[in-house]
Amino acid sequence: MSGKTLYDKIWDAHVVAEQDGEAILYIDLHLIHEVTTPQAFAGLRAAGRPVRRPDRTLAVADHNVPTEGQALGVGAVADEEARLQLQTLERNVKEAGIEFFPMGDIRNGIVHVVGPEQGRTQPGMTIVCGDSHTSTHGAFGALAQGIGTSEVEHVLATQTLRQKKSKNLRVTVNGTPGPGVGAKDFALAIVGAIGTAGGTGSVIEYAGEAIRGLSMEGRMTLCNLAIEAGARAGLVAPDQTTFDYMMGRPATPKGAAWEMALAHWKTFFSDDDAVFDREVVLDAADIAPTVTWGTSPEDVVAVTGNVPAPESFATPDKRISAERALDYMGLTAGQPISEAKVDVVFIGSCTNSRIEDLRSAAAVAQHAFLNGRLVAPHVRAMVVPGSGLVKEQAEEEGLDAIFKAVGFDWREPGCSMCLGMNPDRLAPGERCASTSNRNFEGRQGRGGRTHLMSPAMAAAAAIAGHIVDVREMLK
Amino acid sequence: MKAFTKLDARMAPLTMANIDTDQIIPKQFLKTVEREGLGKGLFYDFRFDEQGVEKADFVLNRAEYKGAGVLVAGDNFGCGSSREHAPWALLDFGISCVISSSFADIFYNNCFQNGLLPVVLKPEEVQALMEEAKGGNHVVTVDLEAQTVVSPSGAAFSFQIDPQRKAKMLQGLDAIGETLTAAMDIDVYESKRALSEPWLERA
Ligand code: SF4
Repeated sequence: MSGKTLYDKIWDAHVVAEQDGEAILYIDLHLIHEVTTPQAFAGLRAAGRPVRRPDRTLAVADHNVPTEGQALGVGAVADEEARLQLQTLERNVKEAGIEFFPMGDIRNGIVHVVGPEQGRTQPGMTIVCGDSHTSTHGAFGALAQGIGTSEVEHVLATQTLRQKKSKNLRVTVNGTPGPGVGAKDFALAIVGAIGTAGGTGSVIEYAGEAIRGLSMEGRMTLCNLAIEAGARAGLVAPDQTTFDYMMGRPATPKGAAWEMALAHWKTFFSDDDAVFDREVVLDAADIAPTVTWGTSPEDVVAVTGNVPAPESFATPDKRISAERALDYMGLTAGQPISEAKVDVVFIGSCTNSRIEDLRSAAAVAQHAFLNGRLVAPHVRAMVVPGSGLVKEQAEEEGLDAIFKAVGFDWREPGCSMCLGMNPDRLAPGERCASTSNRNFEGRQGRGGRTHLMSPAMAAAAAIAGHIVDVREMLK
Repeated sequence: MKAFTKLDARMAPLTMANIDTDQIIPKQFLKTVEREGLGKGLFYDFRFDEQGVEKADFVLNRAEYKGAGVLVAGDNFGCGSSREHAPWALLDFGISCVISSSFADIFYNNCFQNGLLPVVLKPEEVQALMEEAKGGNHVVTVDLEAQTVVSPSGAAFSFQIDPQRKAKMLQGLDAIGETLTAAMDIDVYESKRALSEPWLERA
């Protein structure tokens, strides 16, 4: 008999029962936020069902909070519907006895930043949240998946999810990356290589020397984008990097319990003889700083490359979507991507708003400042930290001062311009260098044009006023 | 989900065919954060005029049909958008059974997710029920176990229903309800994990 994959092991450890060909999978941690939960709680009330495990549930307010004036409280949120959703969440979690970090609390922030930061995210767990980028938590070797509102209700009521098992896909990145290349570039290059449907029906395990070399922040960035490759979830097996990150966090075990937990966590890896349904192998040395040119995360190009011609695509439907994407993005086939002038720069989102992301962007900003350069005059640039704690740490390290000195706006935490549900959004036709995860039409505001890239690349674009190779700028 | 077994209730006749979900619950009521409370928007444009004043002649506004629990409606009930707000609104208003000669697919499915019983009868049977509903006696009996509708005058009509759906409806089982039949397994699983991974148990 062949060995088990990491995914197999987590799955097997959580199957409670089988019914009608579906597994009833136990959920260890349920993260919730204001947008996808109101009807779920209403459904529970209507059926007279309690929340089964409030202690396994954690709530934050992130999707539609404004990124300024949070200390004024929810009552001061200008958008009436956003305010109502935030107030509804507050009432629901209070009634159910669920731990909640309200807007303005230093521990609040984007749900996928908060879980790991608090130590609630742990290896070998099953984690769900009514948000597709829940895959982020897979960086810890946890099976983390996004779910819909009816499933949120199901998990609240039963602490389980009904599901069929997915396939195993392993993406191995060998070698060492060149300078200026990091997790975001890996992630975009992988989506580019396998396509946005490449991971459909699968759970991706990321492996290889280059993945091992990533920090926890980097692994979170990588797993965050697993969903953009169509996968249900992304996974990285836990190792010393994981344990070092977790040690001493508010919700991680302490003392003897830590040792016991550690022994358990160390069992979560793919056996040498485990069989994957599919394998993809990349070499880190082949990956350049990468940006998107179109309206799908698979539309990637090396920053040194050119905007592709629609004719270069294999199938007629790809050619048509490429034409449409070029038109929407206001780009011409064959033009160097580095010629694209940007109006807005957004550094933030659950992909890239952690301390390491802010440090790498700040390093670029500082280098520019020391060379007498500022954010280009026509660019509106903002940094939105992922949580109150990230913001505090960045301020202790003086990163905010660097950002402000070169002309970045330093905001309060939240999802912000990642989805433009709060007032931070693009105007029609505006071009944005963004560290977020979706470049869909209208994602950051109606008619807005999004180019996805790493924090260092986004900071460089802010200074140059156009997309630019950060390696050139740092020379 | 509430179980549906047997219902003795007033029926209200809604003779129109092709009532779509937009008419059942207009879009201005979809911004809600609740499933409850949608009854106020049920058939809003039928029940109220532009000024928001009740239209006295609409069937659900008439005294003899107040508190109706069964709606007898024309053909192809529930067509249009897939909004689950439509069954939510009917239930919130107090209607837990709709009888018609046919239903739109998605609406029909949504009913079963929410404990609203859609009953399909032959067109002439629906006609007969409507005639009786327009008379003086409005109390109808819908028996899901027996798969019958008994009219106020005692005429009995039988109807077809998928046996699995029937079983779930009788017990009030939705996906959550179904999973909760394994509640003991979940209890056992939880107590095992509490022993093997005690650090996960928060005070
Ligand atoms: S930052 Fe964006 S992708 Fe992440 S949770 Fe918020 S809205 Fe979703």
